[in-house]
Amino acid sequence: MVKNKKILFIIIAILALIPIITRTKAVLNAIILLLIFATLGEAWNIITGFAGQTSFGHAAFFGIGAYTSTIVFYRYNITPWVGLILGGIIAAVVAAIMSYPCFKLKGHYFAVATLAVAEIIKQIFVSWDYVEGATGISLPIIQRSSGFAKRLFYLQFNEKIPWVYICLVLFTAVILLCSYLENSKMGYYLKAIRESHEVAESIGINPTNYKLYAMLISAFISAICGSMYAQYILYIDPFMIFSLDISMKIVLLTVLGGVGNVFGPIIGASIFIPLSEFTRIKLGGSGTGVDLMIYGLLIILITCYQPKGVIGIVQKLTEKSKKTNVGGEGKIEATSGN
Amino acid sequence: MSEVKVKLKPLLEIKNITMKFGSLVANEDISFTVHENEIVSLIGPNGAGKTTLFNCITGFYRPFSGKVIYNGKDITSMTSYQICKLGITRTFQIVKTLNEMTVEENVMTGAFLHTNSRKKAEEIAKETLELTGLMPKKNVLGANLTIADRKRVEIARALATNPRILMLDECMAGLNQTEIKEVMDLCLKLKEKGLSLLIVEHIMEAIMPISDKVVVLNAGKKITEGNPQDVVNNDEVIKAYLGERYHAKSKKS
Repeated sequence: MVKNKKILFIIIAILALIPIITRTKAVLNAIILLLIFATLGEAWNIITGFAGQTSFGHAAFFGIGAYTSTIVFYRYNITPWVGLILGGIIAAVVAAIMSYPCFKLKGHYFAVATLAVAEIIKQIFVSWDYVEGATGISLPIIQRSSGFAKRLFYLQFNEKIPWVYICLVLFTAVILLCSYLENSKMGYYLKAIRESHEVAESIGINPTNYKLYAMLISAFISAICGSMYAQYILYIDPFMIFSLDISMKIVLLTVLGGVGNVFGPIIGASIFIPLSEFTRIKLGGSGTGVDLMIYGLLIILITCYQPKGVIGIVQKLTEKSKKTNVGGEGKIEATSGN
Repeated sequence: MSEVKVKLKPLLEIKNITMKFGSLVANEDISFTVHENEIVSLIGPNGAGKTTLFNCITGFYRPFSGKVIYNGKDITSMTSYQICKLGITRTFQIVKTLNEMTVEENVMTGAFLHTNSRKKAEEIAKETLELTGLMPKKNVLGANLTIADRKRVEIARALATNPRILMLDECMAGLNQTEIKEVMDLCLKLKEKGLSLLIVEHIMEAIMPISDKVVVLNAGKKITEGNPQDVVNNDEVIKAYLGERYHAKSKKS
């Protein structure tokens, strides 16, 4: 535990220091997206990494969050902070409605069902006039001369630095929540459900309820990320927000980093987001998809050689060095055991 | 001896359980009772329906007809996790260790049933690990355990839920003599602690000395029940186990 806290502190410190070192817009932009996607990865990790229910439809919750805060601001001029919480709640309700029947499915079937639900929700938003359908919504911009307090209230900033810190706070809160969950009763129960439904039932766990709790938390966090993303980009449309691309990004970066580990998403995001941002900048239009090619290759390598992701590689290396250091201890334990 | 038994309260009553899979009758009209603080063993040849009966009692299957009464309460239509909360916990014949968790975490998962606090669960897990002799291996991953240890983890995880009735499904199969002896001792220890045990087992020399009562199943039906001595001398039991021919020979001599 202590060691993990140290790692967490180092990660947050590095991310917090970057805006001080460089003010390049491209770098800051990458950091913000990285943090949003790492947070999404954490949310996805709760339902898939801990509870073992693969969801390919997290873009649905992300999108619901983005749309709720945007609509609340666009139509009623209410601060996105309210929309953010409201979006979380709506996403959780939608998650509950969709998961209850979906949880009857296991393994790949559940994954396919979530994918389908996300597509359905996308289609609804495409043809729904109230949310401006396929045209999407450009968020009303507040006056450039507004003070910081007003900017914070409406979550719109001229610069990128406030965004870095807001996203960092969000990410820190979520990663702390996740590591708390992992070590609590719920974490143990979710892992037991992941490993074996039958064992879970035999020791008094109601798998459906616990999976549902996990899904609610996951959807809530995803929706908050969606609101943040919408406020940052200031334009949303269904094809961008509900895209399979986003669902897959969440899945892939967590898989690369390490599924089921709280540090997996941040590691995965630190590789994936800068990779896609900088190949896009360097190669421009002709380079579209280069990041995905490199990324695909990485994913193939990871799934073939180290299914636990980058975390798994790190663990293996530290274990090796530990074994060579304290090789004698194990022997003593064995003899005392006999 | 028999007088003492009569005084004990019946804890689990199985009443006329019938279970069918399509046209196959796996359990037919089976009834028996497990009293408080009693070790009951369920024996019978392969395919006699022992595990099916286990599944019916613990809510993994819903029996076709019949009732399961626990502590005066009808639990027939309850789900397995509700039944576990009431105090009946089972293990699995094909061990289902939680592979990506350590032994301690495996046991803690069970220990969380009656507490929300991690500290409390750790304490319960520690006690259970000591009782089952798993303490030296508490940090080993489930996937890296030998079959004997897996079976022990299976028992420990069930025990950590603090059940009143522990149901063990062939927890000795595949173990060597020493390991079997250890499990036997553990069963007796648990009985001393006030638990009731319902055990499915094939290894007669292990099960006979510790059982208070033996129930014999064959082809889905209950042939007989009684104390171990009576059961081994029962004609039908010998027939079921050795076949008609050998039974005839034994009669002649």
